[in-house]
Amino acid sequence: MRKYVVLGAAAGVLASGILISAQQPPAGRGGPPPTPQGQGGRGGGRAAQSFPAQQRKLADPAVIEKGNTLYGINCRLCHGPDLRGGDMGGVNLLRSPIVLSDQEGEAIYQVVHNGKQTEGLPPMPPLPLPEDDVKAIAAYIHSVAARMAGQGGPPPGEAKELNILVGDAAAGKSYFDANCASCHSTTGDMAGVAARYATPMALQNAWVAGGGGGRGGRGGGASGRTAKPVTAVVTARDGQRVEGRLVKIDDFLVTLELADGSERTFARSGNTPAVQITDPLDGHKQLWRKLTDKDIHDVTAYLVTLK
Amino acid sequence: MTRTTFALVTAALVLAPGGLGAQQKPILDPSEIGKPLADQWTTYSGDYTGRRYSALKDINQATAKNLSLAWTVRLSGGLPGAGGGGFGGGRGGGFGAAAASVVVGGEGADEFAFAGTPNVKGAILKVGDVLYVTAPDNVWALDALDGHQLWRYFWKTRGGTHIGNRGAALWNNYLFFETPDNYLVSLDARTGKERWHVEIASFNEQYFSTAAPVVVGNHVLAGTGNDLDMPGFLQSFDPETGKLQWKTYMVPMKDGDPGLDTWPSLEAARHGGGQTWIPGAYDPESKLYIIGTGNPTPGYTGQGRKGDNLFTCALVAINVETGKMAWYYQTSPHDTHDWDSAQTPILIDGTIDGKPRKLLATASRNGWFTVVDRVTGEPVTSQPFGSTMNWVKSVRKNGQPEPNPEKEATVPGSLVSPVEGGVTNWPPAAYSPDTGFFYVHEHNGFNLLYLTETDPRGSMGLAGKTVAGVGSFPSALRAIDYKTGKMAWRHEFPQGGGSGGILATAGRVLFTGDGGGNFVAFDATNGTPLWHSRIGSPSNAPETYMHAGQQYVLVAVGDALYAFTLNK
Repeated sequence: MRKYVVLGAAAGVLASGILISAQQPPAGRGGPPPTPQGQGGRGGGRAAQSFPAQQRKLADPAVIEKGNTLYGINCRLCHGPDLRGGDMGGVNLLRSPIVLSDQEGEAIYQVVHNGKQTEGLPPMPPLPLPEDDVKAIAAYIHSVAARMAGQGGPPPGEAKELNILVGDAAAGKSYFDANCASCHSTTGDMAGVAARYATPMALQNAWVAGGGGGRGGRGGGASGRTAKPVTAVVTARDGQRVEGRLVKIDDFLVTLELADGSERTFARSGNTPAVQITDPLDGHKQLWRKLTDKDIHDVTAYLVTLK
Repeated sequence: MTRTTFALVTAALVLAPGGLGAQQKPILDPSEIGKPLADQWTTYSGDYTGRRYSALKDINQATAKNLSLAWTVRLSGGLPGAGGGGFGGGRGGGFGAAAASVVVGGEGADEFAFAGTPNVKGAILKVGDVLYVTAPDNVWALDALDGHQLWRYFWKTRGGTHIGNRGAALWNNYLFFETPDNYLVSLDARTGKERWHVEIASFNEQYFSTAAPVVVGNHVLAGTGNDLDMPGFLQSFDPETGKLQWKTYMVPMKDGDPGLDTWPSLEAARHGGGQTWIPGAYDPESKLYIIGTGNPTPGYTGQGRKGDNLFTCALVAINVETGKMAWYYQTSPHDTHDWDSAQTPILIDGTIDGKPRKLLATASRNGWFTVVDRVTGEPVTSQPFGSTMNWVKSVRKNGQPEPNPEKEATVPGSLVSPVEGGVTNWPPAAYSPDTGFFYVHEHNGFNLLYLTETDPRGSMGLAGKTVAGVGSFPSALRAIDYKTGKMAWRHEFPQGGGSGGILATAGRVLFTGDGGGNFVAFDATNGTPLWHSRIGSPSNAPETYMHAGQQYVLVAVGDALYAFTLNK
């Protein structure tokens, strides 16, 4: 659950993008990703969404701390500092059926005490640890597992600084001049663009999307600049032309928000009345189809210089 | 229910003693399950073919404009008297039904009881005069004439991901459904009383079960799901006792298992996913149950599982008597985008190059349409069906798409189409033998996909990446010529994307949602809208059946059901 908090903070400016992707249901699961909190109305409460690893009562902090120390001495080399497997070939304990089914060290003790030979893995030697020590190690492992994120994600680790700036700024400038300058200017709308975004990633997300996170008013970005709205002109049967912001269109109606803030809805049948839509993002949409990842990284490397 | 009473019920089926009339038939005779779709809806896809093509044609291109709402009902579930409305069901159903019976079962504590609003995302069975509806932890039996509740069943959960339930199965007088905490539950379909429940997957290992069971012969075929790198499997249970008949894994589980050479290690394979989220199709001639499998895991970090990762993202044909795999065809080798191939495949009796062929078609979440020979698994044709896909590097000789590794998640970001949800998803496609077209919604959009887990071990589950939505292109309802895989026509939705699954009928009409809040009837030959009702976006696939001499079209929008019929 902490993962979502961290994500939200780190990615504040791409909030609109994250919302959009979060609404894409995975096929089997058929809905937005579940969170331990069960947020979002249909969740039905924390308990109903969680698994035993998150439901269990954690051991006394002193026991967990002792287990942490013992894990470091006895287990870490093979199973890794994050419990997800180490250089010596120990398995990922956070997805181990034995660990997941263990309650208070009883199953883990059997493996520690007797060792284990698993097909395709280096043998685990028996370790002559007292039962209380193994229980403490198990308590520590369970305390880590309890912090796992939703959809099988590992517990949040230390934030890694990943550098997305791998592009060539000079090549990015050439690309910008050739492909972007007809609509955008580094001394006009794009002046100081880098200063408007907290991170290069946020800047990259915003410029590729076209500033506002796409049609449909989802978000609008934390840059303080929303994308220009999609507008439409409806030519009614009597020839009257009505222009406004496009609120909604389907096969059967079109709704515009007029300049005075009022809404007007027209019934549609086939191409009557005629509706002419102007999407300021059309240029970007055409771009998405041909933009290479190298172009993206180059342009971002250039734009970060526009402070 | 004790074993004794249970045995009595069984005996009643054969001998019909006691209160049952001598000629009383079971609710659903097993021989009727999966018969070509017409008056009833007896199994997940209506019949075994997965076509979702009904022979009914009272509602057709000429009459569809006269469709009218017959009834609507809003479902409420949960513990009786707890929040959601409890007794009586039908909030706003417009009828004052007396308190119908509520049966409560389950292994969880009251405090865990799922209190969310029901959301119907699966098949509704229509057998006799009754509709059987499910949502996670909930089953309702409704009178098909007006939707009023006959009984309902509520399962007290231990937990698990409550994200959807794809429906129930019927066999004789028994109903079967799965719970998010991994039980296969059998009810007496006449009363909602529980017969038994059996655990079908480990809750500790974070399996959760959303699938609809499908009954074939004396096999209850049950899929399940998992997001924590656990192996997928399909199981078969005895409909009388719930006893396990066979269990077949969708990834290699031991040395020497086929497909192991497509994984870097046995350990990777055993944590490789390939879940059985969605029911398959059944071919009675070959006795093969053919299912589409889920994506490999960890989902987005493929660095720890180099190779094709069999039998994830594949069509897998399983003999229902033995559980043995007869053939496979992988529709998405080495997926790294959570694009599963779990979509229900469709049996097509077709003609290729002038020769009659027994075919199987599927449109996968990766945007790839595939037709194979359903007896041998040999590829026949394959084509993309999304309009903006950019992840396919080349096409292999056998028609498989070769993924472009540059379109995996990368640290500086890769621009990927389709988005995480895929070009299509679980809502089922349809096929009409009248037109020869396979119908599917296509969703077109772009994401920027960043790798946040650079460790060579990869991440776990669906973690290790950050996704930023870039934007979308209009979605569309697409008709595909199965012989070539090429588009026959495409009806674009100016905003939003199609929603719910698709129903095709002999009236040459398609029913589906337009993503803009309309439930629409389309001309199956060219995609022209014929009728619509602004009921919201369908949450399941529309269905049709006959009741009291009338053809109905039934669809769910979240917790509400809408039944349409023709004005006469």
